[in-house]
Amino acid sequence: MASIEMRNIVKQYGDGFPAVNDVSLDIADGEFMILVGPSGCGKSTLLRMIVGLEDITSGDMVIGGKRVNDLAPRDRNLSMVFQNYALYPHMTVYENIAFPLRLSKTPDDEIRRRVTEASDVLELKDHLERKPANLSGGQRQRVAMGRAIVRQAEAFLFDEPLSNLDAKLRGQMRTEISRLQRRLGITTVYVTHDQTEAMTLGDRVCVLRKGKIQQVASPRELYEQPVNLFVAGFIGSPPMNFLPAAPEGNRLNTPFGTIELDERRAAKVAGHELLLVGIRPEYFEDASLVDEAKRPLGSIFRARVDVTEWLGDSQYAYIPYEAPEAIRNQLRDLSRELDAEELRTQAIVSIDATSRIREGREAEFWLDSRKVHVFDPQSGDNLTRDAEAGARLTQMAEEDRVEQVGEAQAGGHTVTGGGGGGASRAGAA
Amino acid sequence: MSTRKKVFWWIGGAVIVLYALFPIAWIISISLKAPSDIANGQFTPTDVSWVNYSTILTGSASDLFLPSLRNSFGICLIATAISCLLAMFAAYAIARLDFPGKRLILSTALGVAIFPVISIVTPLFNVWRQIGLYDTWPGLILPYLSLTLPISIWTMSAFFREIPWEMEQAAQVDGATTWQAFRKVIVPLAAPGVFTTAIIAFFIAWNDFVYGIVLTSTEAARPVPAALGLFSGASQFEDPTGAIAAAAVIVTIPVVVLVLLFQRRIVAGLTNGAVKG
Repeated sequence: MASIEMRNIVKQYGDGFPAVNDVSLDIADGEFMILVGPSGCGKSTLLRMIVGLEDITSGDMVIGGKRVNDLAPRDRNLSMVFQNYALYPHMTVYENIAFPLRLSKTPDDEIRRRVTEASDVLELKDHLERKPANLSGGQRQRVAMGRAIVRQAEAFLFDEPLSNLDAKLRGQMRTEISRLQRRLGITTVYVTHDQTEAMTLGDRVCVLRKGKIQQVASPRELYEQPVNLFVAGFIGSPPMNFLPAAPEGNRLNTPFGTIELDERRAAKVAGHELLLVGIRPEYFEDASLVDEAKRPLGSIFRARVDVTEWLGDSQYAYIPYEAPEAIRNQLRDLSRELDAEELRTQAIVSIDATSRIREGREAEFWLDSRKVHVFDPQSGDNLTRDAEAGARLTQMAEEDRVEQVGEAQAGGHTVTGGGGGGASRAGAA
Repeated sequence: MSTRKKVFWWIGGAVIVLYALFPIAWIISISLKAPSDIANGQFTPTDVSWVNYSTILTGSASDLFLPSLRNSFGICLIATAISCLLAMFAAYAIARLDFPGKRLILSTALGVAIFPVISIVTPLFNVWRQIGLYDTWPGLILPYLSLTLPISIWTMSAFFREIPWEMEQAAQVDGATTWQAFRKVIVPLAAPGVFTTAIIAFFIAWNDFVYGIVLTSTEAARPVPAALGLFSGASQFEDPTGAIAAAAVIVTIPVVVLVLLFQRRIVAGLTNGAVKG
């Protein structure tokens, strides 16, 4: 177990293209760090530099207090789960898991003990003699994890490990990885482009864009206090809505009426002519369903609904709006960069599932103006970010982590006992 | 497939099989004809006779045939083994590493493979006599390597390219040296490729005639194809046709056995299950 420190890491390819550009990141011992970003942002390259499969052009990679830039992968004592698992097809599951131990010349009975232990944790006991070709996708994934946890590595590295699984299995494995990481308390770096994984797994999330770090923070801080347009647009599903706005004193004039800002935020946005307001879908509501007490905290506007999507537990309405050409182009560029293709300027609003708002009709909506963010369209910076509130959120997440690790490790014995019981019951059945 | 298409494929297939197997059937038939029966004017022998086989295995031609059979086996097996081993390392480097001159190596290999043997065999004959390689096993193994190595490198590098990079990277992360990753992961995965290459290389060496006839003079190193050309009839008025046919049949047998033996090894798809499926 070790911390990982990156100082001004740069990766330049032969043609001079910087895939990773001046990245500095500290990952604490036992922390679960997520590297996330759209495709081509350099997250996988960064991970491969940690493990030693890519050369580092410049900067320092320090693992456990030791500079490892020039060490071969095998001397770094890290374990990695590859996106396509990279199991050895000519070996049985047992031999696959035992492979790292065999290479380190571990005695046979020790190997047997550790492989059995790992296969118990991952419920692979019944499959030890099978070949990877005969396993399902989820089982192969677990074998790859078994190979990673079987030896006492300094850190786990995951390269989009769940992207080849179907949605249901992905959910299961996600919780499995999270539990395993807490229990083993091992530093983990996890690359993904899936923001659900980023939000649910990470203690902290590092958002990358074109090889540069945008923001490193707890999932909550990323969601509530994004540092710029990119992070705001990337985190959250459905994504944050960006509306053009013209400030006028304490108010912002938007296509959805005027939004009242408090003193602090009004002061920060003063002096700009054209702004972008970022409003998350859930800050909207069907006006007829809003509490009388809450009503004055937001503003009310009328708009024509284009499409509604009813999902049972929630409902989304799509409201088209007009935006100046410059803003439209910018939003299109942003959505393209986020691997999405936004064809029209429309807001996605989340309304109560019981709402009777119908497609093609005008309806009244309520907008919670307390949590909106205001962005500078030129630089993309979030003008109303409350850094202190953000830091508080990340601090809280850190405290949670310490507590959870302690709990998981103290409770780990009972979990092991329970797991063993479960396995033997399965064996009996 | 429609019925018409099926019929077409069946007829087409049958024609090709007939075309390919007819000469073999013919040579088997000739090998079973007694010398007086060879000109009987029909496809099948009047009486099945094993006299040709006894001539080459125990009779007058056995002094010529049996040692050459031994030579052929020994020389071809050694040449195949060496060329497979060398080609394995070369192909691995070509498939995995980026080094200057990679294309040069591949195109040179191709150039060597298509270079006409007949144009170098005379100078080689002179050189071999000077340095004492004439009429020895190494004297044939070396030229055979020039025939088998290029094709081995080409086929094997194609197989190595098929193996996902991640296999090896995973092994390295797991604590393997480059050599260990090669030996424990890449070589077992490339086994079908190695077998395929070995068979091709063996056939090329086994079928060679020009080197065999020029670079040997006695039974110390003469391979079978060369020996066949030196058969003579029982008298100068008699053709050794029957004996040659019998020897040709016997020479074909190892080839058939080899293919049948390794057929299962050659099946592709060993990498199934390595990555997501």
